[in-house]
Amino acid sequence: MLTIKNLKASIEGNQILKGINLEVKPGEVHAIMGPNGSGKSTLASVLAGRDEYEAIADEVTFLGQDLMELAPEERSREGLFLAFQYPVEIPGVSNINFLKAAINAKRHHQGLEDISAKDFIAMVKEKQAMVELKSNLANRSVNEGFSGGEKKRNEIFQMAMLEPKLGILDETDSGLDIDALKIVSNGVNKLKGPDRAFVVITHYQRLLDYIVPDFVHVLFEGRIVKSGGKELALELEEKGYDWIKEEIGVHN
Amino acid sequence: MAYTEAELAEELKNKKYEFGFVSNFDSDKAPKGLNEDIIRLISSKKNEPEWLLKYRLDAFRVWESMTEPEWAHLHHPPIDFQDLHYYSAPKTKKRLNSLDELDPELKSMYDKLGISTEEQKRLTGVAIDVVVDSVSVETSFKEKLGELGIIFCSFSEAVQEHPELVRKYLGTVVPTNDNFYAALNSAVFTDGSFCYIPPGTRCPMELSTYFRINDAQTGQFERTLVIADKGSYVSYLEGCTAPMRDENQLHAAIVELITMDDAEIKYSTIQNWYPGNEEGKGGIYNFVTKRGLCEGRNSKISWTQVETGSAITWKYPSCILKGDGSVGEFYSVAVTNNYQQADTGTKMIHIGKNTKSMIISKGISAGKSNNSYRGLVKVLPKAHNARNFSQCDSLLLGSECGAHTFPYIEAQNSSAKIEHEATTSKIGEDQIFYCLQRGIDEEKAVSLIVNGYAKEVLNKLPMEFAIEAQKLLSISLEGSVG
Repeated sequence: MLTIKNLKASIEGNQILKGINLEVKPGEVHAIMGPNGSGKSTLASVLAGRDEYEAIADEVTFLGQDLMELAPEERSREGLFLAFQYPVEIPGVSNINFLKAAINAKRHHQGLEDISAKDFIAMVKEKQAMVELKSNLANRSVNEGFSGGEKKRNEIFQMAMLEPKLGILDETDSGLDIDALKIVSNGVNKLKGPDRAFVVITHYQRLLDYIVPDFVHVLFEGRIVKSGGKELALELEEKGYDWIKEEIGVHN
Repeated sequence: MAYTEAELAEELKNKKYEFGFVSNFDSDKAPKGLNEDIIRLISSKKNEPEWLLKYRLDAFRVWESMTEPEWAHLHHPPIDFQDLHYYSAPKTKKRLNSLDELDPELKSMYDKLGISTEEQKRLTGVAIDVVVDSVSVETSFKEKLGELGIIFCSFSEAVQEHPELVRKYLGTVVPTNDNFYAALNSAVFTDGSFCYIPPGTRCPMELSTYFRINDAQTGQFERTLVIADKGSYVSYLEGCTAPMRDENQLHAAIVELITMDDAEIKYSTIQNWYPGNEEGKGGIYNFVTKRGLCEGRNSKISWTQVETGSAITWKYPSCILKGDGSVGEFYSVAVTNNYQQADTGTKMIHIGKNTKSMIISKGISAGKSNNSYRGLVKVLPKAHNARNFSQCDSLLLGSECGAHTFPYIEAQNSSAKIEHEATTSKIGEDQIFYCLQRGIDEEKAVSLIVNGYAKEVLNKLPMEFAIEAQKLLSISLEGSVG
C-alpha cells in the first residue's frame, strides 16, 4: 500500500528526515515511536503533502501511484487521511458542511454524484455512534471551542466518515485522558480491516495498549533505527529512549 | 430553493464578473452635462409637479456650493460631473399590458441577470421593481399588494399617483444639503422605488428592486423611499449589477426609510456593481446615502448588506433612533479584491430613551485592495439608557491588501452603554491545509472559510439572497489565495 524508500525532508535548510524506509501493507498497523524532535510529525506532514517541507526520495508509492507527484487534496481523495496533532478551528463552518464538502470532493474524484442527503445523514449517525461523538459537536463549527479530547475525537469521526485506505494518526493520544484515549482507540479499532492500514505516531507506549500494532519502528534523528513487533514498544516503555541511543552508538 | 455545492463548484469554474454584458435596446438620452436646463428636462420628461422641480433646482444650487468629501480612505481621479448623461431610458414604444410584450432584449437581460420575472413570480413570490439606467421598467405583483393597501411602485409612478405621500416624506431623512452626493442625487434622481405599508399590515412577500446600469457614460441616481406605518412590517431587497466597461461609471443613490410606532423595516442589499478589472481599470464609483429614521416608539430598522462590487464604495447605511425604545441594526460583509476600495460602515444616532443599536461588520480584503470600516455611535443628551454593541472584524487574504477601522463614539448621556470589539485575522495556511487534507481544493476551502467568517451576517439575509451572497463571495475572491 505504502512504500517509502530513502525519504529525506528538510525545512528552512534543516534536514529533519535523513532517509526513511518503510513498507506498509493492507491490514497492517505500524507504530512509529521516538523521542521529541526525531521527525515523527515531519514524516506525517510530508506524507500528507505540506508544502513548507522540501522532500526528496528514491520512491514513495501509495497504492501504485507516485505520492510526491500528487497534490495534498489528491492524496486525500486517493485515500490518505491524516489525523492532526493540532486540529485547526474553522469558525462559522459547520462540521457537517465541512464533511459533506470533503465526501463530495472524494466522490467526484471517483466519478460519483454528490452523496444524497438521506445517505449522508444515515452515515453521520452511524459513524458518530462509532466514535461516541456527541451529536451537538457534529453540528458545531469545525473544532471551534472543542476541548482537546473533543478535537481528537472529531478527527477520528472525520476519518470514519471519509473511510480512507491509510490512516495516519499524528500523536492522537497527546492531551487525552485515559477515558478519551479508550474511546479514540476503540474508534480506530472498529475501523481496522483487511484493506485498511494505519500508521500510528506516538511518543508513549500507552496508546499501543489499545491500538495494538503489528510493527513498531523507532525514529531517531530522522532515521528509523530499530524495527520490531509490538514487544518493542514495551521494551521502550521500560528502558526509555536512552537505551536505543546507546545501542546505535549515540551518546549525549 | 435547492442549490447544491456541485452547482456552486461548477459555477466557480468559469465565473469572473458574470453580469458584464451590455444590452442593445434603444435608449432615450439627455445630452451630457449638468445645468438647470437638464434638470428641467428630466422633470418635464417625467411630467413632474412644480414643487418637485423646485425641490430639484434647490438641491442643484446647494450642490453647486458644495465640494466633494475628502475624508474617506479612498483615492480616485476627479470626477468630471459635466461629462455624464443624467438621463437615459430604455425606449419602449407603448405601455405594456403583460410580460409577453416586453422588449426581447430587455427580457433577455432579465434572464441573464437571473431574475427571469416569470420564474421569480412563480417560484419565490418576490415582487420586483427593475430599474435600468434611469427608469423603472417593470413592477410585478402590484395588484396583489394593492389589495392589502400596500403601495409598491416606481418612484416616478408614485410621484404621479401618490404625490401627497412623496411630498410629505421625500428628503425628510436625507435632506438635500446632507452631503455632496445626496445634493447631486436630489437634483437629478431619475427613478427608483417607492413603498408604503399601511398601519398594522405585514407585507406578505419580500419586496425587491433590481438596479442595473446599462448605458455608457450614464450616471445612475435612484431614489428609494420606504415608509412603514404603525405596526407594519416589510422586508425589502435590493440587487445591483452593471456591464463591464473600461471607464468608470457613477452611481449616487439615496435610500430613505421611515418607521412609525412598532413598525419594522428590514432592508437587505447585495451590491455587485462591476468592480473594474484585475488592473483596476473601470468599475462603478458607488457613492450612496442610505439612512433610516425610527420615528415611532419601539420601531426597528435593520440594514443588511453584502458588498462585493464597485471600484469604490462610499456608503454608510445609518439609523436615527428617535422613537423611544427603537432599535437599529447594521450587518455588513464588504469584500474588496484587486484594486477595489471600500469605505463603508454605519451611523447609529441615539436620540430617544432606551434605544438600542447593534453593528456587526465583517470586512474581507484580498489582492491590492483597501477595506475600511467607518462607524459613528452617537448618544444625545436625552437618550437615557442607550445601548450599543459593535463588532468589527477584518479578514485579510494575502499580504498586499489593507484593512482599516475608524470607529467614532460620542456619548453625551452618562447612562449609555457602548461596547466595541474589533479583530483582524488572516486566513491561516493551517486552515487551508486542513481542508486540503480532507480532499477539499483551495478555492472551495477559501469559500468555506470566508462564508463561515461572514455567517453571522449572511444568516440575516432572506434565504434566496443568502445563497446568492455565498456565491458572490466565492466568485469575488476567486484566485486570491496561493
